[in-house]
Amino acid sequence: MNRRSGTGYTGIPPWIYAIAAAGAVFVLLPLVAMVAKVNWPQFIPLITSESSLTALGLSLRTSAASTAACIVLGVPLALVLARSPFPGQRLLRAFVLLPLVLPPVVGGIALLYTFGRQGLLGRSLELAGIQIAFSTTAVVLAQTFVALPFLVVSLEGALRTAGNKYEAVAATLGARPSTVLRRVTIPLVLPGLASGAVLSFARSLGEFGATLTFAGSLQGVTRTLPLEIYLQRETDADAAVALSLLLVAVAVAVVGLSYRRPRVEAAPEGAFR
Amino acid sequence: MSDPRKHVTALLVAGALTAVLTGCASGTPAVTGSSSAAASASATPALTGTVTVFAAASLKSTFTKLASDFEAKNPGTKVTLNFAGSSDLVTQITQGAPADVFASADTKNMTKLTDAKLVDGAPVNFATNVLEIAVPPSNPASISAFADLAKPGVKVVVCAPQVPCGAATEKVEKATGTTLAPVSEESSVTDVLGKVTSGEADAGLVYVTDVKTAGDKVRGIPFPESDQAVNTYPIATVGTSKNKELAAAFVATVTGSEGQKVLGDAGFGAP
Amino acid sequence: MTFELDAALAARGFEVSLSLGPAETVAILGPNGAGKSTLLSIISGLLRPDAGKAVLGGRVLFDLAADRNIWRAPHTRGTALLAQEALLFPHLSALDNVAFGPRSAGASSSAARETAMHWLTEVDAGDLAARRPGQLSGGQAQRVAVARALAADPELLLLDEPMAALDIHAAPLLRRLLKRVLAGRRAIIITHDILDALMLADRVIVLEDGRISEAGPTRDVLERPRSRFAAGLAGLNLVAGTVSDAGVTTVEGMVVAGHHDGTVGPGQDGVAVFPPSAVSVFVTEEHGSPRNSFPVRITDLEPHGDQIRVHAGGLSADITPAASADLGLTPGMTVYFVIKAAAIAIYPA
Repeated sequence: MNRRSGTGYTGIPPWIYAIAAAGAVFVLLPLVAMVAKVNWPQFIPLITSESSLTALGLSLRTSAASTAACIVLGVPLALVLARSPFPGQRLLRAFVLLPLVLPPVVGGIALLYTFGRQGLLGRSLELAGIQIAFSTTAVVLAQTFVALPFLVVSLEGALRTAGNKYEAVAATLGARPSTVLRRVTIPLVLPGLASGAVLSFARSLGEFGATLTFAGSLQGVTRTLPLEIYLQRETDADAAVALSLLLVAVAVAVVGLSYRRPRVEAAPEGAFR
Repeated sequence: MSDPRKHVTALLVAGALTAVLTGCASGTPAVTGSSSAAASASATPALTGTVTVFAAASLKSTFTKLASDFEAKNPGTKVTLNFAGSSDLVTQITQGAPADVFASADTKNMTKLTDAKLVDGAPVNFATNVLEIAVPPSNPASISAFADLAKPGVKVVVCAPQVPCGAATEKVEKATGTTLAPVSEESSVTDVLGKVTSGEADAGLVYVTDVKTAGDKVRGIPFPESDQAVNTYPIATVGTSKNKELAAAFVATVTGSEGQKVLGDAGFGAP
Repeated sequence: MTFELDAALAARGFEVSLSLGPAETVAILGPNGAGKSTLLSIISGLLRPDAGKAVLGGRVLFDLAADRNIWRAPHTRGTALLAQEALLFPHLSALDNVAFGPRSAGASSSAARETAMHWLTEVDAGDLAARRPGQLSGGQAQRVAVARALAADPELLLLDEPMAALDIHAAPLLRRLLKRVLAGRRAIIITHDILDALMLADRVIVLEDGRISEAGPTRDVLERPRSRFAAGLAGLNLVAGTVSDAGVTTVEGMVVAGHHDGTVGPGQDGVAVFPPSAVSVFVTEEHGSPRNSFPVRITDLEPHGDQIRVHAGGLSADITPAASADLGLTPGMTVYFVIKAAAIAIYPA
């Protein structure tokens, strides 16, 4: 292997590169296989059909909405988990991260039992005139449920790494806690927040199991791109593959353009310990 | 012994056992006196081996019963069942999944397999199924006829047209001249039934057999126009089967008198 | 309009009482782990003690007595903290950093910037206004940090070893700057450097193991130290014990004879203090057992200016390199330290 001049010592033994290459191949090969199966002459008509475009538009809109919801709910959660020790904090963190390990279908069932017509909140919601089942709102709820942990984990890591030394300085300079949050905390973890948001968006885009169980599948209302692919699979394999490639391309574009490596800061000394 | 070594040893033993068992299972096919696929199971001398059956999801309870009957009548045999949507099963078989028997929920999917030259001999129709309206036991929307499903405010869930039960739904819509505005078009009839049993939907269009299986979780409302859309279920031996005699014997059980009885009890119609 | 503090924190063995006048600067000296940073954290509101009370210019900062439970949040205390690291907000320019305090107090963006520019000029950093913290050297960043702390107009300025991370060129500049801006201000400065104490502080407090071991005007403490640490800082030897007519008797029974200053009588606690230059080193005991002849075991030899400083038995002696070579001094050797009584000052502890 030729070493470029100016590069430092990486400390990586040569055989690690071989295993890393195998890992990369393992992830990329199925994508390559899929690309190979695409019916290229039919590709554009397939992805621009009415049902495809409707599904894509619905996916993008709902993912954007759920990412926004994740930010609104996730930032406070991450702040509390990272900066404010209280009894039961570890338990709370475990539950917040639960959707990460839960099969999405189980998440959908749980949402159904909460917001469904006969669910925990269902009757009260119906009385208030709010119908959640079979609506786009249900899709956004399902996506937020599964994507929230991504944002919380990403942001909590960034907050812990950053420490609270700058917040302490700001406080001693006379800034109220809300001012500290707005002018110091958030700007300093913006990269972590951004990468968390991107992960949430990508997860929402690919969400399937919970949506299917909780929201149903109707074109333009609840049939997001993954559900459209699932349906097309029954009759038109070419359409399914084409749409799958479309979904992959959108996800790669979003993640590739916005995901940044988080910065690492050194530990403080003195009175701010 | 330290933990990692224990694990490795356990894995090796498990691996060895699996190899031995699969070796036994894929042993020589049973030789029977008769080579006819239509011979009834009780007349043939001992069949052995495993037969893998890929069957449509709506055949779950009936085929599970038939499988255990088959195993009881033919000790030394084992029936492995794989239930899924018919088109999923076709995809799996064409991609090389090991199957001996395929039972489809409609002729369209069986034709896909025949076109791919993966069927041994000719498929045999063994049952039919028609649609029925399923409502929650309390029937909140007071459905009594197919036309009621199109009333405004009724939350009706159907199968998407791309799946067999959805195709049937479309046929009935055309035949009755009633267009439905469902709140959801599911990809499997199980999901439709699920939306009804959970109380989310006021009504759903499922198969007669699904209503029967659901028991008192739903109330079934048959409608006369259902015979406008009859789904025919064919069954066949898969061309790549390694145990064609055993497969044929199972097919014979399904198409024979006892198979027909079990299917009839579940609500299927005669082929 | 004084600042008064009483605080105790059992977990760190900390118990301190002190007070400050309106324009006083006090230097806190002490070994590592003595509790100096703890003190500043408690005053600024970043650390909560077990018990205590603090009042700054009439405003109660905290009062943890049993029936009251007052605790002012850090941002309402009127104290500004400057640490070894400048800790300038990385995402704001130097000007915006300095303007942070005024803006948090409610000033408009332009008014805050004006104030910020004024203070930046005060600290000779006016040309750095548009730079980001990442583009500043250590010395420059500390100056901006001083401007930022002052722009917040604090009642009490707290400085935690501000020169510690600066190189030998930047430190004197900052020291001169601090002398200028601390005049007329109430400030507490933690330092390890005797020069800081002499130049900047009116009074000195020595903190050891969480408690005040000595306090007083700077010159007094450094010329007549009463605690081991202060003596060490001032470069003097100190032996503590009970005063008698003969001198000071230590707990081990050693008697150090010196001249009494008349302020302490027999039986009281006192200290005997003498510079290393007054100590002579002998390899064998002198004839006639002279006074102030102590056998000690050498622990260390180090160059000190143009002399060799011999560390032994907790004391130091300065001798010429030639003498050290002649005597053949090595660590581990037992030698005799002999000090003239006239060079030893005895005063109360």
